[in-house]
Amino acid sequence: MGLGVQLKIVARGEKSRFWAYGSPVLAVLATLLVTGVIFAVLGRNPFVALFTFFVQPLLNDDGIPELLLKASPLITIAAGLVLCYRANIWNIGAEGQLTLGAIAGGGVGLAFPNAPAGILFPAMMIAGVASGALWAAIPAWLRTQFNANEILTSLMLTYVAQLFLLYLITGPWRDPQGLGFPQSAEFSDSATAPLLIVGTRLHIGVLFAVLAAVAVQLILTRTVLGFQLRVVGFAPRAARFAGFRENRLVWIAMLTSGGLAGLAGLFEVAGPVGQLTADISPGYGFTAIIVAFLGRLNPLGAILGGLLLALSFLGGDEAQIDLGLPNAVTGIFQGVLLFMLLGADLLVSYRVKLVRPAAVHP
Amino acid sequence: MEPTAALLELSGIVKQFPGCLANDHVSLAVASGSIHALLGENGAGKSTLVKIIYGILRPDSGHVRWLGEEVEIASPRQARALGIGMVFQHFSLFESLTVAENIALGMDRPEERVGLGGRIVELSTQYGLTIDPARLVHELSVGERQRIEIVRCLLQKPKLLIMDEPTSVLTPQEATTLFTTLRRLALEGCAILYISHKLDEIRALCQSATIMRGGRVVGTCDPREKTSRELAELMVGSEIKSSVARTGGGDGKPRLVVDRLTLRSRQQFGTNLEHVTFSVASGEILGIAGIAGNGQAELMDALTGEVFAGKPENIIVDGIPAGHMDPIERRRLGVSFVPEERNGHGAVGAMSLFENAFLSGNVGQTLSRWGVILKRRTWDYTSNVIESFDVRTTGPGAEARALSGGNLQKFVVGREVVLGPGVLIVSQPTWGVDAGAVAAIHQSLLELAAGGAAVLVISQDLDEIFALCDQIAVIAAGRVSVPQPINAASIEAIGMLMGGVGRAA
Repeated sequence: MGLGVQLKIVARGEKSRFWAYGSPVLAVLATLLVTGVIFAVLGRNPFVALFTFFVQPLLNDDGIPELLLKASPLITIAAGLVLCYRANIWNIGAEGQLTLGAIAGGGVGLAFPNAPAGILFPAMMIAGVASGALWAAIPAWLRTQFNANEILTSLMLTYVAQLFLLYLITGPWRDPQGLGFPQSAEFSDSATAPLLIVGTRLHIGVLFAVLAAVAVQLILTRTVLGFQLRVVGFAPRAARFAGFRENRLVWIAMLTSGGLAGLAGLFEVAGPVGQLTADISPGYGFTAIIVAFLGRLNPLGAILGGLLLALSFLGGDEAQIDLGLPNAVTGIFQGVLLFMLLGADLLVSYRVKLVRPAAVHP
Repeated sequence: MEPTAALLELSGIVKQFPGCLANDHVSLAVASGSIHALLGENGAGKSTLVKIIYGILRPDSGHVRWLGEEVEIASPRQARALGIGMVFQHFSLFESLTVAENIALGMDRPEERVGLGGRIVELSTQYGLTIDPARLVHELSVGERQRIEIVRCLLQKPKLLIMDEPTSVLTPQEATTLFTTLRRLALEGCAILYISHKLDEIRALCQSATIMRGGRVVGTCDPREKTSRELAELMVGSEIKSSVARTGGGDGKPRLVVDRLTLRSRQQFGTNLEHVTFSVASGEILGIAGIAGNGQAELMDALTGEVFAGKPENIIVDGIPAGHMDPIERRRLGVSFVPEERNGHGAVGAMSLFENAFLSGNVGQTLSRWGVILKRRTWDYTSNVIESFDVRTTGPGAEARALSGGNLQKFVVGREVVLGPGVLIVSQPTWGVDAGAVAAIHQSLLELAAGGAAVLVISQDLDEIFALCDQIAVIAAGRVSVPQPINAASIEAIGMLMGGVGRAA
């Protein structure tokens, strides 16, 4: 045959615990290697570039608060997605639910700029959660009623939401004093998210992010609801055997994840952005999907995943400024990471073996 | 060695799947122009064997000879090139395309497509397989769709045609037409390997038969010279033990009544239930025998509440109509269930025993409060099941899939028995389970009945039914025969009913 040895992929039979946790680490290392090569091809010293991308952002004065600020929406959204994905319910439209949350929550802030903060801000949060949940209710209804695939419907509704936002800020909600820019008026002080650390941009949204992750963790591990969601995810037939109503679980998971995405959207516009604009999110809703998987569909793991991907957003900015690299570097990093993660996950269920080709026929 | 007339000859075929030896040194010879039956229950290894012949699976060891020469069939394409055609039980047709388009898509070489429509018409009239190449597939009946698959094979001018349970999807009239076609093909020299578990059919159609059970060949014969009983015994294993005499512990009141249950299967090739009627009294164990795929899965779904019966009155538990209750509501009435499949249906492999105990135990045992799982209570309940049923495991925290089949089955049965149900419905209680576990599970079912419960056992294992049950009925083609006392039941009558001979009630 000529070949000395071959690589063969062999089923393990049972899942490897080591690689369940080892695969994200391997994926991150492989991603660093690949991005390093990309930096080198782009004519930058890869070590300098990787340092600029991953370490430099943290050395700035406000490095840590900025990291937490970017991680907050990712963790909030990913917590909701984990709830869905564990039950094999594939909400891919968190970006749209985030947009709706920003519109409705921000809309409340714009409508009552002078209301006292103690009333206005909670009202904005409620509006954000409710509208995000409402947007997720559409795919939930389509799935439970017509068995329409929620991957497609939730994804497509994202673009509807974004165009709706664009319509509002170029039309009825455009700031009359905005020199014609497509953006709303700036939020009043009472419509702005309270800061957690004065002098930084870090607001109370980070608390809600941690709260969401911990709550989802408790739901999944301690409650009957979480148990039912996990059974549906592992073995739908067993769920039917036990009498769990799948449609009810679809509704709960979709509304919860939509609500959390809406909350994240509200905090973005009422926090660092400060008004409704065309780019309120650099794709947090999509990046949160990577966060959820990087965190092994574990809400606490999602906190770590959220921090890493938040760093990639900061690193992308840093790489633009210091190295003159395009902003697409962030997207490349995230894409390569997801790719590597999916690849490395093969090791959870399969092992790679070196084999000598068998004799042709005994 | 004298030269053999066999067209296809298999010897010593072994195929091991994880946890299951599907073919254990199987040998088979098929002669040109003969219709050869491959007979056996579901799970006997028939499908694995024909997949090996058709190049879908490769054997771990063994030899395949084609026209006397040793061959290695690596793919269906290669099988077709040798002259082997196969009609699957489940068709692969595009519903939105025409008959001719579907056939053209399956061709290995583009030049074969020239003049296809004409050849389809020619072949179909020649063999009485009336079919219009221009019709769209979605307009056609199941029988007509099967003809497409047959014509598709015939176009390749096969020397061997494999038919996998062809009549399972046909009406009796369509089946008669098919037999005529097959006999004609055989007359012209084509060998036919006919897979079935229907005894009448095989006796009427085939000149030779290979009978498989548990992955092994248990006999070859001329089915025309055998009675249905003899074939049935070979197929299901003939050693039927006499039943253990025991006294019922109940008051004889019916606890589970199934009354004229008629249900369309949700599966495309499932079996519809027709007027299923029986009842199980307190202290009684009723066994429903039958070959797999005759409506057992559908009956189980209807009994558990995964599928609702037509009317609430079709299923009555302790006098309460339950046909429209979901599984949780039925459990509240004191019904417990053990489905046939442990993995992924009765239990979740990736979850711990603790969680698997909670899965069905929460209704009867109140293992949660305010939606929060009561860990202590669940843990104690799980430990109780493990101890009472001697489940060999490291403890309630062990993953279900880490247990052996027998231990997991003891757990799944024990989980329900510990709840003390008034009605227990079990499907295949000891399938793939070691002897020790079988005894333990049987003992627990007997004790449960002695305590006044009504127990329904759906099983393909006649030994089991004769060992356990007071009454026996047979399910065949979605109909259930009138239950009769086990002592009065003759193996011959049961075997005939299982083979679909004679009318069920």
